[in-house]
Amino acid sequence: MDKQARNEKYLAYVEKKSPKAGWFTSLFHAFVMGATICCLGQMFSDIIKSFYPMMDLLTLGAWINIIVIALTILLTAFGCFDRLAKYGGAGTFIPISGFANSIASCAIEFKKEGLVFGVGAKMFYVAGPVLVNGVAYSLIVGIVYFIISLF
Amino acid sequence: MKKIGEQTFELEKDVCVVSRCSLVGSKEGDGPLKDYFDFIETDDKMGEKTFEKGERQMFLKTIKSAIEKSKIKKENIDLYVGGDLMNQLVSSNYVASELELCFLGLYNACATMTESLIVGSTFLDSGGATNVLCATGSHFSTAERQYRYPLEFGNQRQSYAQWTVTGVGATLLSNKISSKVKVKRFAIGKVTDFGVSDIANMGAAMAPAAMETICAFFKDTGTNQKDYDLIATGDLGKLGSDILKDLMLEKGYDIETNYIDCGHMIFNIDQDTLQGGSGAGCSASVLNSYILSKMETGELKRVLLISTGALMSTTTNQQGDSIPCIAHLVMFEGE
Repeated sequence: MDKQARNEKYLAYVEKKSPKAGWFTSLFHAFVMGATICCLGQMFSDIIKSFYPMMDLLTLGAWINIIVIALTILLTAFGCFDRLAKYGGAGTFIPISGFANSIASCAIEFKKEGLVFGVGAKMFYVAGPVLVNGVAYSLIVGIVYFIISLF
Repeated sequence: MKKIGEQTFELEKDVCVVSRCSLVGSKEGDGPLKDYFDFIETDDKMGEKTFEKGERQMFLKTIKSAIEKSKIKKENIDLYVGGDLMNQLVSSNYVASELELCFLGLYNACATMTESLIVGSTFLDSGGATNVLCATGSHFSTAERQYRYPLEFGNQRQSYAQWTVTGVGATLLSNKISSKVKVKRFAIGKVTDFGVSDIANMGAAMAPAAMETICAFFKDTGTNQKDYDLIATGDLGKLGSDILKDLMLEKGYDIETNYIDCGHMIFNIDQDTLQGGSGAGCSASVLNSYILSKMETGELKRVLLISTGALMSTTTNQQGDSIPCIAHLVMFEGE
């Protein structure tokens, strides 16, 4: 048997043999975690609104982001966030909490290499690709939107 | 030394295991083998500022204890062979500089323990050296940042992933001082690549390498699984060892009854380590605790240790290359 056929046969066998994460449980966990984070955000929003009823939505949104980011960084620093993320998966990662965690965890991890070459250089090691892709996709969506709006 | 068959070598002198020492972190210390380890460290930085420095201290403590137990003077150790998982083998390099011993740094990823034993035994069999120290280890926190993500980064591991063992194992071999356990034969592995490129699925990547080395050894020596009390692989994990059993069965060897995997047995199933342990410290710490102590008491007489290593780097992995793997086999014989 030549190598390629052997490898293909083996990879098919490995695929069958490897345990799969149950998609229903994963989705359910992500839903619970994502929903909890969003409910918390809504709660903060309602609380702030009750104190400052005149605040406009944009400012309010900024405050909610700041609070969720601060909470995430605090949980990351105390070493609890990775446990939540293990349970919640994308439910924890997709809201702004995931982004905050990816930056904070890098900052903590690479502090030992100094402020410039450690924290400075590697803070966006995980978040960097998210930023680059975010900008690139927004650009594409923007162009598509522009073309559609012409008609 | 003489070569038998294609990959196996037989030692002609008595190469004895004079002393051994194992050190592990707290997670491994909660596992099923906790009574066998010499040291269980609750502080994985060993009082140092960084994990990297902590790893070096773990090496030093293990090696010093192994030397002390052997009653051989440090000046009489001719050679220190070993390695770790860090880039440029930094942990071992710093340890060797502290110990002031002649040093050969080896890298075969998680197969470094058997590789060290092979190189050490060769020196002893040639008569060029009298006492050789073999030590390898790994550290969860240093490996994690080098190969994966920051420790506090929240992500989900694949259900088939493994957990790097924090641990060090040191074995002192000698051709002058006799002891109960001897290295008899070894088989040097060939780099095997069955096309697995998923970096999380190390067990599946490494199992074919283990299978090829074991089969070559059986063929070369004319023996089979029934001739050994224990066949132990290094760090295939649960999935990898299940795959190995299937692959061996395909070749006509049923290893179900006397087979263990160090990575699979070092953690309990409820310790959230998925398929089990991995890393250069995995087979090193289990060999120098559980396996050799069972051999010293005479419970096990003929043992095969097959450490398996995945030889990729993060760069080759990101470029889409599959994972080349190796497995070296060492046969121990007790009295």
